[in-house]
Amino acid sequence: MKVLLSWLREFAPIEGDPYELADHMSDLGMAVEETRILNPLEGVVVARVADLRPHPKADRIQLVDVEIENGDPMQVCCGAFNMSVGDLIPFATIGTVMPDGMEISQREMRGEMSNGMCCSAAELGLGSDHDGIMILPEHLETGAPLMQELGLVGDILWDLEINPNRPDAMSVAGVARDLAARLDVPFEIPEWTVPSSGAAEDLASIQIDDGVLCPRFTGRVLRGVTVGKSPLWMQMRLTLLGMRPINSVVDVSNYVMLELGTPNHTYDLSLLPNGHIGVRRASDGESITTLDDQERMLQPNDGLIVNEADEPIGIAGVMGGASTEISDTTDSVLVELACWEPRSIARTSQRLGLRSEASARFERGTDWQINVTAVQRFCHLLNEVTPGGIEIVGEVLDVAGTTPDSISVPVRTSRISMLLGRDFSSEEIRNLLTPIGFDVENTDSQDVQLVTIPSFRPDTETETDIAEEVARHYGYGKLGATVPRSPDAGHLSPQQKLRRVIRQVMTGAGLIEAMPNPFLAPDDITKAALIVEEPVRLLNPLAVEESVLRPSLLPGLLTAVAYNYSHRNMGAKLFETGPVFEASEDSSGLPLETEHLAALISNADAFAATSLLKDLASTLKLEFQLTNVDGLAGLHPTRGAKINIGDTEVGSLGEVDPAVLRSYEIEDRCAWLNLRLDLVIEAAISVEGVSYQPVSTFPSSDVDLAFAVGEQVQASEIEMTLRKAAGEELQSLHLFDVFRSGQLDEGVRSLAFSMRLQAKDKTLTDEEVGVVRQRCIEAVESAHPASLRA
Amino acid sequence: MSVYDQIAEAKAASVGEIEKTGDLESLKAIEPMLFGKKSTLGGLKRLMGEVDAQERADVGQALNEAQLFVREAHEAAKKKFELSDRRAQLETERLDLTESLHVANRGHLHLVTQTMERLEDVFVGMGFTVSEGPQAETDWYNFEALNLPAAHPARSMFDTLYLDLGDRTEIGDGEGGEATNILLRTHTSPVQVRVMESTAPPIYTVCPGRVFRRDTADASHMPVFHKIEGLVVDRGISLADLAGTLNEFTAAYFGGAISSRLRPSYFPFTEPSAEFDITCVICEGDGCQTCQRTGWIELGGCGMVHPNVLANCGVDSEEWTGFAFGFGIDRLALMRYGIKDLRDMYTNDVRFLEQF
Ligand SMILES: [Zn+2]
Repeated sequence: MKVLLSWLREFAPIEGDPYELADHMSDLGMAVEETRILNPLEGVVVARVADLRPHPKADRIQLVDVEIENGDPMQVCCGAFNMSVGDLIPFATIGTVMPDGMEISQREMRGEMSNGMCCSAAELGLGSDHDGIMILPEHLETGAPLMQELGLVGDILWDLEINPNRPDAMSVAGVARDLAARLDVPFEIPEWTVPSSGAAEDLASIQIDDGVLCPRFTGRVLRGVTVGKSPLWMQMRLTLLGMRPINSVVDVSNYVMLELGTPNHTYDLSLLPNGHIGVRRASDGESITTLDDQERMLQPNDGLIVNEADEPIGIAGVMGGASTEISDTTDSVLVELACWEPRSIARTSQRLGLRSEASARFERGTDWQINVTAVQRFCHLLNEVTPGGIEIVGEVLDVAGTTPDSISVPVRTSRISMLLGRDFSSEEIRNLLTPIGFDVENTDSQDVQLVTIPSFRPDTETETDIAEEVARHYGYGKLGATVPRSPDAGHLSPQQKLRRVIRQVMTGAGLIEAMPNPFLAPDDITKAALIVEEPVRLLNPLAVEESVLRPSLLPGLLTAVAYNYSHRNMGAKLFETGPVFEASEDSSGLPLETEHLAALISNADAFAATSLLKDLASTLKLEFQLTNVDGLAGLHPTRGAKINIGDTEVGSLGEVDPAVLRSYEIEDRCAWLNLRLDLVIEAAISVEGVSYQPVSTFPSSDVDLAFAVGEQVQASEIEMTLRKAAGEELQSLHLFDVFRSGQLDEGVRSLAFSMRLQAKDKTLTDEEVGVVRQRCIEAVESAHPASLRA
Repeated sequence: MSVYDQIAEAKAASVGEIEKTGDLESLKAIEPMLFGKKSTLGGLKRLMGEVDAQERADVGQALNEAQLFVREAHEAAKKKFELSDRRAQLETERLDLTESLHVANRGHLHLVTQTMERLEDVFVGMGFTVSEGPQAETDWYNFEALNLPAAHPARSMFDTLYLDLGDRTEIGDGEGGEATNILLRTHTSPVQVRVMESTAPPIYTVCPGRVFRRDTADASHMPVFHKIEGLVVDRGISLADLAGTLNEFTAAYFGGAISSRLRPSYFPFTEPSAEFDITCVICEGDGCQTCQRTGWIELGGCGMVHPNVLANCGVDSEEWTGFAFGFGIDRLALMRYGIKDLRDMYTNDVRFLEQF
């Protein structure tokens, strides 16, 4: 919403520094996005178009001769084609500095001289219209400085951002009311009186069939209406507030809407049989041709205006119909000033794609009590701008639907003070609320006042809403600033702490955290060789490429690594933590969402993943068991294993399937680790705080054992057997050498383990060590196809 | 030749042998000649028996002095050889320490994660816990419980992505009917609702996390981004408490030169509602292009938790009041490093990620 100081001042004697006034408006919740002091725009003058002709070498520009005063016409090149010979236009002479800082100079455009610039309203900062050159009213003086001639110099234009709960501030008068209260100056909406004659009842009648749809419909009959140009001052105000002047009737209509926040509509009375207008909801299958000559299909909840024959002649609050449109031959007019149910207007305008200044106001709720004043204002203005005036017939026609009840709320001074954190007195509250239209009465209780909410604040209903009004007008910034303290110490949960630890293990191992798009294309799942029966899909994706919620972190990380490969960042090592989604039959309808940790290490074999898992195991004090499994989804068919903690499967690791890598154009092996982060964290929490083993003070003994083991046996199985057989003297055990060679039997490899034995309470004798060694050898040889290598 | 001359000759011979050696090895080789019974001086012990008893002591002393002299000469030679050996050894071990072949191999957390953790740490320091919840949510948690029933016009403030539940999909008809829609949360407020439902006040918590909007990606918008929201519910919580808490956060996160202010605004879930601005971090309030010469930049929204929201979560709004606030994490990350385009954070280009 834009407002102009001179217009605000028609309602309240507002004065002050433009920027201070802007600060006040922002502080009242009407955020000022721009403050503009209309300066004289030196060098821009009124010019007459003397001739128009094509540019000999360019289609998109034409040559214009403009006349300033009585001198010779000057040639300019111009990219707009909307003016005619004889029109008055704003013309920026050479040397003019435009509002955007550009300086106009003489220049040559494809062989033709251009001696200035014809200006659009937007180029002059006078509106948002940059579709063509601004055509000025005919009575202006050629050669005169434009801004002086328009009477705008020194006026101030503010662009305000109005919140949806402030329908009152969608009008010049509403902004003036708020600002006047802050500045402590009087505010008043004048009662515009217009003389009338005759009786309107014979000429027009209004019937509301749905009072919820239309709480109030006010109309008036006018005669002698001629459609002409509105006066310059009105055109300029409309332009500055962002509307394009059309003709006197439309301009008056828009002017009243901007001024009082009341959209309105006019009907050619002669096209309304018996002057009858009805209001009802549409029924299925109805349609109407709107003012823009489009046929619009209607739905049962749309609000309709109908004629005597019950035929639609307008979509309530959204757009009028073509059949009753005002034209050059119009003489009698019915003005409509109605209130509409906000939800209905919102739904209809949204569905039909007909959002307008009018629908924006109806959606928020217009003031049903200002109807008569607004009709009077319309008549008053149209009478003023029509040469010879108009005839206003009879009384105001005013029909009520279901008008909202006036709401009175008991407001506790103590509650307001508590909510705002400052002690207000009842009197202070009264003094803050009264100037903005709230009526405040005493009650039997010292603490309670009865506050009646004005009709232009439909959003305000409760004591808490009133607290906001008190705070707004007192000033948010003037309330105190206190810091409440939690009775408990702040902390991260054990899960959150461990998630951070796990991320640190990843970065410590040289991995970079990526954040791939969680939305996938449907074929990303098969591209990554995943098997997902029913992925979770979006109902309204932006694009089909982003229509599936990831069932795995693999496709996203593959895309990220592929991106890096295509940018010569070979060997990228990426990880991610985050939820993956799975369809579920849960009664809430929510998909199953589990947090995963995944790492994709390019240019590395599967052991890069097992190393990472060992780092995690060591940090989290967890034991992961690996089981080699062929053909895990997405993984290299013979280089994959599932990961268990005890009986619980918590993930998988290995290498990505070479075929998958090929489809992502990644030319290196990639190691892959995927863990159910939630399960791993829970397991880590369960072993946290387990008591430590005191370090033995007795010497330890080392035993190395190498076995020839059949390929069908996992190294981890031998390790497990050794661990069991060695008993409690085993202090550490690890695989230190693996080799395959022709010297070994077919299908057999050598696995060498190093064991350190140590007792808590004595030095182990050679004999005792020998016993453990023998026990280990026998255990392995009897449990597995394995034999000790000499 | 006198006894003493014999001793002097043997001493000179021994020292002469030492001087002839060139390294530790040759010195070691002559040691039998220098020390012990079979050494040159050792052989003269026999002279003790050949002199008078009263002279024996003098001869013994002369022998000892000579032996001591030889031992010192040997020791000096040994030290000299050791020192030159060490010098030679060290010279062969000389390194150019700039010849390191190691390439740094530490990973990096994503800028968003780093920013999120910094924020969490500040709030933990202020006595808050950190709460989390699902990213796919029901219509109730994302909208209805937050005073945004199906037909509420303010729902248009959120471009929402819905899940396709097949037969179970039931898009709200806009008439306030039963809506069992599942959507991707548009803010982390559903976590606030879940916390209020499951925890009795007092509540001091922040809800960081990923949120979704049906927005086309551009320099300042992503369909997937991150927010942090805060919630306090306690006895006697006021708008002044909100202002104070945001001031404290602002100073702790941005530094003492940056302060915050509240401006009236509108959100369906808070009343009174406010925008909160912070001092422009570029110009520190003097006014610049970034802040459009106002000295302030808008950070987020906040307000007193709407009584309807408290009621929806089973909290008695007469006994308890609360405030909530929220702002974008991605934008803070951009601001801190002067990143121009939000999309750069999500290409996953390691050349970008490695810089943080
Ligand atoms: Zn600035």
